[in-house]
Amino acid sequence: MGKATREAYGEALRELGRENKNIVVLDADLSKSTKTNVFAKDFPERFFNAGIAEQNLMGTAAGLAAAGKIPFVSTFAMFACGRAYEQVRNSISYPKLNVKIAATHAGLTVGEDGATHQAIEDVALMRAIPNMTVIVPADALETRYAVAWAAQYHGPVYLRLGRMAVPDVFGDGYEFKHGKAVELANGADVTLIANGVMVAPARRAADELIAAGFSARVLNMHTVKPVDKEAVIRAAQDTGAIVTCEEHSIIGGLGSAVAEVLVENHPVPMERVGVLDVFGESGTPDALLAKYNLTVADIVRAAKRVISRKE
Amino acid sequence: MPEHLSEQKLSELVSRAKSVRKNIIKMITEAKSGHPGGSLSAADILVTLYFAEMKVDPHRPADAERDRFVLCKGHAAPVLYATLAEKGFFGHDELSTLRKIDSRLQGHPSMKDTPGVDMSTGSLGQGLSAANGMALAARLDGKNYRVYALLGDGELEEGQVWEAAMFAAHYKLDNLTAFVDFNGLQIDGPVSEIMSPLPIPEKWRAFGWHVIEIDGHDYQQIYGAIQAAKTVKGKPTMVVAKTVKGRGVACMENVCDWHGKAPTAEECSNMLEELG
Repeated sequence: MGKATREAYGEALRELGRENKNIVVLDADLSKSTKTNVFAKDFPERFFNAGIAEQNLMGTAAGLAAAGKIPFVSTFAMFACGRAYEQVRNSISYPKLNVKIAATHAGLTVGEDGATHQAIEDVALMRAIPNMTVIVPADALETRYAVAWAAQYHGPVYLRLGRMAVPDVFGDGYEFKHGKAVELANGADVTLIANGVMVAPARRAADELIAAGFSARVLNMHTVKPVDKEAVIRAAQDTGAIVTCEEHSIIGGLGSAVAEVLVENHPVPMERVGVLDVFGESGTPDALLAKYNLTVADIVRAAKRVISRKE
Repeated sequence: MPEHLSEQKLSELVSRAKSVRKNIIKMITEAKSGHPGGSLSAADILVTLYFAEMKVDPHRPADAERDRFVLCKGHAAPVLYATLAEKGFFGHDELSTLRKIDSRLQGHPSMKDTPGVDMSTGSLGQGLSAANGMALAARLDGKNYRVYALLGDGELEEGQVWEAAMFAAHYKLDNLTAFVDFNGLQIDGPVSEIMSPLPIPEKWRAFGWHVIEIDGHDYQQIYGAIQAAKTVKGKPTMVVAKTVKGRGVACMENVCDWHGKAPTAEECSNMLEELG
């Protein structure tokens, strides 16, 4: 098992802080959980705790960016996108200010804290805002690349990070290309398009499909906005069936982004593995993933279903 | 820096404010919508800031060293646009494009569109937080610029304002001076009846701010408060400026209905005549 993406985020911030004096970090009383405390320890003069006040957190970041700083702002995804939605929209994205919103504890895998803290609609909310870029890294290495990319890009970015440890998907030689899907396996019968914590299960699902006599392409769609249209269309053309896999509501996230590309360009049968428009609950991350249909077996079933729907 | 405005400066401000008020009436009439009442109540504060205090260069609106101004009550955009035009950021003729398609003068201030606008605002409660960020950036960068913000009294009903109030005091942002345009009225009626933010000075004091109470239409008092705020160390300053909504146009003064209504062409010409 590798690290949680939030752990990698804290370390990446510390590295960035050394390289670029314009990087400042803000948090809302969750720095031990979001791992911004790693940056705070080395650069206390560039770390600002805003207390439990997420609206002002986002607005202050906007002001810092307006005056030339590069703020990374962290809190839980629920509060970054929910509580402070309109500040993100009007104070940050509308003026296209250079603020990086790195939200942790996204999705059901927050676990025991339950539904109030499990953001399953954050990608949908952020994706709908003009000027916003949305990235959902799959592992520690990809997180480090995404953070570095966000720092050098001028404009608002939403980085969706998780609480629980995830397996390392990528190794040496991995290159992060903004807006470009990463092919993890090739196959002819179906394409599994995943991001975040669902990338590792999608890969294992592809292995299991081989045993059942099917071959699957696996794409890691780390950037949900702008989504890699070419990769989606190519997958539809080459494999004729798509399954999306995300730890997010099936409404508005990766599944929707892929569906939008498909229906307008190359319609093929599609299934969405995701949270089925319901709230989560307390439980261990694994128990939640099992109960809410986010397992390898769920992906395999969806793949078989979608293959059977092909002409 | 003198604590008082010279007679010459004072008469300049009087004449600038008259021009700004007339342009507010003209542009809102032309646009057929907009917010005259709260624009007129804030006019003397903006004119004093831009013509007696703030270090801004209309030819270099993005100068990193400039003083900043955040119009938290963004619906008073006409007073900001009229003041910026008066200062030379763009021509007076552009004011007639307010709220029209393809205009740089959006219904609420947009920093990406309009030279001289330092922050996009309009959704109440958000501006002071941005001002906090700018003041913090000045400190981080070792720059001497000051940040000014203007809030509405009704705006104080927004929770975010008090989050920002805590933050500014906690981080001792003494390069930040904010004003409350205390005209006592919001859209639905008197602030004291709709959702009272009173007493205003006591609240800001309790939140750790230095508070100065003035008549927001007295240029000497406005200027004096700005100078006094610059000497305060370790605290942000809130200037609670008692104002009259619609100030300068008799039929608009203290009348709620003029919060967000455009004058007719006939009303406009009467108002311009009255303003002189």
